[in-house]
Amino acid sequence: MSILLYMIPLALLLGLIGLVAFIWSIRSGQYDDLDGAAYRILLPDENEGDNPNT
Amino acid sequence: MTMTANALSPDLSRILPYVQINDNGSHSLNLSVDGIYCAACIQKIESGLKKIPGVSYVRLNFTTRRLNVSWNGARETGDDIGHVIADLGYKATAYDPAMMAKESDSEAKNLLLCLGVAGFAAGNIMLMSFALWTTDIETMGVGVRDFLHWVSALVAIPAIAFSGRPFFLSALKALRAGRTNMDVPISVGLILTTGMSLFELVSHGEHAYFDSAVMLMFFLLIGRYLDYMARASARRAATDLLSLLSGTAMQVTAAGGKNILIRDVLAGMTLSVGMGEHFPVDGMISKGRTEIDTSLVTGESIPVSAGEGDEVLAGTLNLNMPVQIQALRGAEESQIGGMVRLMERAEQSQALYVRIADRVARLYTPVVHILALATFIYWVWMAGQAWQPSLLTAATVLIITCPCALALAVPIVQVLAIGRLMKHGIMVRAGDVLERIATVDTVIFDKTGTLTIGKPVLQASETLDPEAFRVAASMAVNSRHPLSRSIAASYQGELVSLAPEEIPGCGLIATLDGASEYRLGSRVWAAPHSQSGAANVMEVVLSKNGSELASFKFRDELRKDAKDTIQALQRRGLKLYLLSGDRQEIVDETGRQLGIPDIRSGMKPEDKYNFMQELRRQGHKVMMVGDGMNDAPTLAGADVSASPSSAIDLARNSSSVVFTGEMLSPLLRLIQTGVRSQTLVHQNFGMTFIYNLVAIPMAVAGYVTPLIAAAAMSLSSLAVILNAFRIRRRA
Repeated sequence: MSILLYMIPLALLLGLIGLVAFIWSIRSGQYDDLDGAAYRILLPDENEGDNPNT
Repeated sequence: MTMTANALSPDLSRILPYVQINDNGSHSLNLSVDGIYCAACIQKIESGLKKIPGVSYVRLNFTTRRLNVSWNGARETGDDIGHVIADLGYKATAYDPAMMAKESDSEAKNLLLCLGVAGFAAGNIMLMSFALWTTDIETMGVGVRDFLHWVSALVAIPAIAFSGRPFFLSALKALRAGRTNMDVPISVGLILTTGMSLFELVSHGEHAYFDSAVMLMFFLLIGRYLDYMARASARRAATDLLSLLSGTAMQVTAAGGKNILIRDVLAGMTLSVGMGEHFPVDGMISKGRTEIDTSLVTGESIPVSAGEGDEVLAGTLNLNMPVQIQALRGAEESQIGGMVRLMERAEQSQALYVRIADRVARLYTPVVHILALATFIYWVWMAGQAWQPSLLTAATVLIITCPCALALAVPIVQVLAIGRLMKHGIMVRAGDVLERIATVDTVIFDKTGTLTIGKPVLQASETLDPEAFRVAASMAVNSRHPLSRSIAASYQGELVSLAPEEIPGCGLIATLDGASEYRLGSRVWAAPHSQSGAANVMEVVLSKNGSELASFKFRDELRKDAKDTIQALQRRGLKLYLLSGDRQEIVDETGRQLGIPDIRSGMKPEDKYNFMQELRRQGHKVMMVGDGMNDAPTLAGADVSASPSSAIDLARNSSSVVFTGEMLSPLLRLIQTGVRSQTLVHQNFGMTFIYNLVAIPMAVAGYVTPLIAAAAMSLSSLAVILNAFRIRRRA
């Protein structure tokens, strides 16, 4: 059972990494325009200007 | 069409007052853009604006129709931005981001964050719980069980403290106001379960309910987020209406022109109104002559000519020449002000509507509280149990009565239904609109622009003399008059280069081949000696040196599927009315073609509003379909209202539903989906009721273990979600 002492913190860490990634994606505005994102994949790439808000 | 940007002095700009300066010295501007429907729109606007020198950042939010632009350099670039968007064919209104949208945006983000944290916690605690559920205590030992419980607590307590805030805060607010809402039992349940589980943990107990508490919170947050999304567009519509009323008008003073807010216009001021602009207030023309499209205010389909001394109504459209008017009334007293007042009154009466979820919650909250309390009292006093396990049993009652399936029952159906309608070009402002659609028994239609396309269409263009048609079209492309536009739009082929002069109230005049004078306009003016045509027909005559060459006849055509849709609505047992401000002959004709027997013509905005209110007083649930300013109060006051996307802003903003395209059939789909979604909502409530019939006695009797609670909660939520997905089938 001592394996639990390693595995559980490891599992929590993995989950935590996912959570941090999620928080980052919210902060960086990836959830602001869900409808627009669906259309933007159809547009040709261009050099994005710097976002002054981040 | 547009003046060059740099020629405008700062006083004249409608955009510059909204330009903001950032910390790093650059400027930024927020605009609300109308008419974006596809990927090409995003690209056109963004790449168009990036071509302006100095522009460093452009982002168009497709969901909210908001545009954010930043640039380095002069403040006046803001005007260039406005002109580029206008030239691309979109309408942009500047707004102050501090005033609107920001707080609601952060609320959505906050909910999403809470949801993410709750999801993380729920997933990780399940990891522990599976071990606890599947392994008995002899194999595992008390030490390992306590360890797993401790880890669960370590994850659950911070997560509940963080993600539970939306419920705790709302419950606190309700309690402070001496009320109770659905969040009160949720908060009490969450806190009680967590507290009692902690107590179990310390006393090496068997049952810790951290998993149930976190999972409950996770499901509830999903419902809360979906509900928020379903209502967000309604909030945006309200802020759009605000920005519309804070529009500007150009005042003419001795010192020159100056842009002032419409609400600051006073009687006696002289205002300049450009062509293609709406008159801001009621006034009298003091300089110039033009033609006015009054269809949005009065419903009349034929433009009227007006010159010095004629009165104009606020909200009507100046078609072909810039004029100056003397304001007769301020904005508040003008007809549009009256319309807005009428709308405010209508919206207040709307606020009385109670959403079905709230009605259920009102019933649910006291019942659950009483049940939990009764359970506790029974176990302590009647069964003689210690207070700790009794409190835990009472808490499981709160948790298992499943507000989560209840919380999901309505929003999941509504979000799916709204998404489905959106794919068909029907935009529903809020979820509760669907609830009301299901109860509608009466539909009121406006005529011009609603049952008809609202644009004059050239009749029998193939029988026209091609040469005359070519000359007429070449002249017509230079004019903004709706009849000219219709001629130009119908003509396909080469145009002759002409520079005709527009004479308001008469038509266009041009000289071709040196000597011949061509006139395109009303019959009396273009060909005075010819025989006059029938009355009430929109007609334009092309003449050469005073003799008639060709006559162009127009009609405002019905939407292609108007008749089928009307018949389908009648088959559903709906009572239909046609109310129009247009002349009786025209309205009667439309009613006959469509088979609507109940017709009223010459209706003023107040008449329509009163007619609708009278029907509502009689207990009917009324749906209003209209597109004009004269419909706006009725749209705002009806139980449900729909307007085509071609409607004016005021009408669209006061409608609960906006549909795109040239067809009327979206109305039919809307009603079908509304009825269907209500059926599903009722089924969902039925399922949670049956579930509670089984679960509550078990919880009260103390048979519910954490495993049973988790399984019951997941299964009931899943059942509700799966049932909601059936909306995709027939609707």
